[in-house]
Amino acid sequence: MIFRATVLSAAILMGVAGTPAHAKDTVKIAFIGPLSGGNSATGVGGRNSAETAVRVRNEKGDSKYNYELVALDDECKPNVGVQVATRAATDRHIIAGITHFCSAVAIATVDVYHRFGFPVVVWGAILPDITYAQDYKEVHRVNGSMLDETEVATNSLIEMGYKKWVVIHDTTDYGNMLNKMFQEKAPKKGGEIVGSFGVGANQQDFSAELLKIKDINPDVVLFAGLTPLGVRVRSQMEHFGVDVQFAAVSGIMSTSYFDALGQTAEGTLSFHNAAPLTAMPGGKAFLENYGKANYSNPPEPYGPYAYVAADLIMSAIEQVGPDRKKVQAILNDTKDYPSIAGPINFDDHRNNSVASTRYVAQDGDWVRWEDSEYASGKRQLKGR
Amino acid sequence: MGSLVEFVFYGAVLGIMYALIAVGFTLFFGVLDVINFAHGDVLTVGAFSGLVAYLGLGVLGVDLPLVLQLVTVVLAACVMTAAAGVLIGKVFVVPMRDAPAFNILLMTLMIGTVFREAIRLFYPQGANPKAFPALISKAAVDVGGVFIRLDSIALLVLGLAVVFLTSWLINHTKFGLAIRAVAQDADTAQVMGIPFKRTVFATFALGSILAGIAGIMHGIYYSEINFNSGLFLGLIGFSAAVVGGLGSIWGAIIGGFTFAALQTVWVVLFPDASSYRDVFSFAVIIVIMALFPTGIIAERYSEKV
Repeated sequence: MIFRATVLSAAILMGVAGTPAHAKDTVKIAFIGPLSGGNSATGVGGRNSAETAVRVRNEKGDSKYNYELVALDDECKPNVGVQVATRAATDRHIIAGITHFCSAVAIATVDVYHRFGFPVVVWGAILPDITYAQDYKEVHRVNGSMLDETEVATNSLIEMGYKKWVVIHDTTDYGNMLNKMFQEKAPKKGGEIVGSFGVGANQQDFSAELLKIKDINPDVVLFAGLTPLGVRVRSQMEHFGVDVQFAAVSGIMSTSYFDALGQTAEGTLSFHNAAPLTAMPGGKAFLENYGKANYSNPPEPYGPYAYVAADLIMSAIEQVGPDRKKVQAILNDTKDYPSIAGPINFDDHRNNSVASTRYVAQDGDWVRWEDSEYASGKRQLKGR
Repeated sequence: MGSLVEFVFYGAVLGIMYALIAVGFTLFFGVLDVINFAHGDVLTVGAFSGLVAYLGLGVLGVDLPLVLQLVTVVLAACVMTAAAGVLIGKVFVVPMRDAPAFNILLMTLMIGTVFREAIRLFYPQGANPKAFPALISKAAVDVGGVFIRLDSIALLVLGLAVVFLTSWLINHTKFGLAIRAVAQDADTAQVMGIPFKRTVFATFALGSILAGIAGIMHGIYYSEINFNSGLFLGLIGFSAAVVGGLGSIWGAIIGGFTFAALQTVWVVLFPDASSYRDVFSFAVIIVIMALFPTGIIAERYSEKV
């Protein structure tokens, strides 16, 4: 009995002696994105990337706090997004958020973040209104916006000789704004939009629109929407014999585009604010760190920006501690922050601009145009 | 001119799919005076059963010619949807047949939700759209500037064949006679020796099989299925059945083609407003229903209280 007590006390004393003088406090940050539904590939890639950022920082060991990522699913639906945004914003233990890929959700939640003083950094939504419509100091964005993407898209298409466009866009804020921007930009560069079709985000049948487009016979069909809808449009273009080059905005740039279409995806043009990982300063290291966790999904093009957003937030917390107002002040002043995607600079609306990249679908992968066999002439796009 | 033919043709393919669903609704209503709102989701069950059968063939390494693959997939869909239909009839609708019709409608609506959400939750990545195999050759035919795909022709022919077969079954077989007898007067039919429950279950099975076939057609036509497919299709099918006259098979077929025609006409006339085509179509359906409350082909026998 006494022997046992002695051994027990000795063990406890050793345990206590072995513990550091104070354990690190755990600080929580939230990740919000579409973890289920048709855009889950991008959402899960973003979540994994943010987790990688947290893991890398924790493993380095020299930070003041231990970070924990709380992942929430907005299902790419505005009503669900507002619910989970409220959940994160009202939890005192969550200091900041890495938020949203779907623009329709992001624009709905900015009011929630502002009301609760919850600083967020957008990682994937590109609707300009998210940062520019209101002067909400809580909302920041690292991944550029539609302004960058539509600029590069318009210039590229005109330069490649596609002057007569038909635009198919979804009728959410995302699709409508993209359509509006293309309508403004194309004529300025010598292009002409000869037809524009707004379609519901859940629309199944495009026979009527596509047969009309066959009549119109444009140079290119430009799609402004997300992957599930884009897959249907592209696949039905084949079905109805619309033999026209297909180009689309970044909403379709994910691996699920290839999973659903197979060979039909070949030759699709797209534009994305994220450069390929090989072109990013920290791209190689990011990919290595990402790979260490053996995720079953790739990071997808926006993954690096989710990483950057997480990194930015954690750096701010390191400087001023887990205090929402102080973290927000640090984030507001971000200038020349060295991230894996290059230097991050927030303008007066806390938006980081980027130079978008042109991509083409080649052999089941999104390849930067300049690196592709289409640019070198080995393969041909339609209508060139 | 060529494109007008294409519009008509593809409108017809849509119409036959809506018609198959509408005929199912009409059968359920005809035989038991019940609106089965799980019908659209049974379509989704059929589509996914077909997909699973196709994937199963692949997993088992069985290499069949395309036609036999199609037959296997359709059979799998028919079996599963018949089972679903009988389940709904046997466990829920028939025991509750004396309850207010509204309650039964609500219940089938809930059953449909259960089917839909079960697919979303239990099928791997169920929330994402799934690629459906091309079980009919996608070769295209160019007839004087008109571009038609063989699989669309095949689907239209298949759909029409199924509709005619169902009509023949109802009107020229003993089974069909039993269905019509029960539809007209269930008590007298029983007195005449017609097995009531068996006939009702068989009708549920038949209606659901039609949904299963429509689901497979839908999958082949769009090369894609998703857990939500049946919801809106069920709504369209129901509206088509009501407009055509609940209880009349030809009414359901007319209703289905009417709806497809309305959608197509709107987009041809107003391509820039194509996203409003369902608003227009349903608005016209409402007007038709206001003008012909019992449907275009009115019920021939009224209920004698």
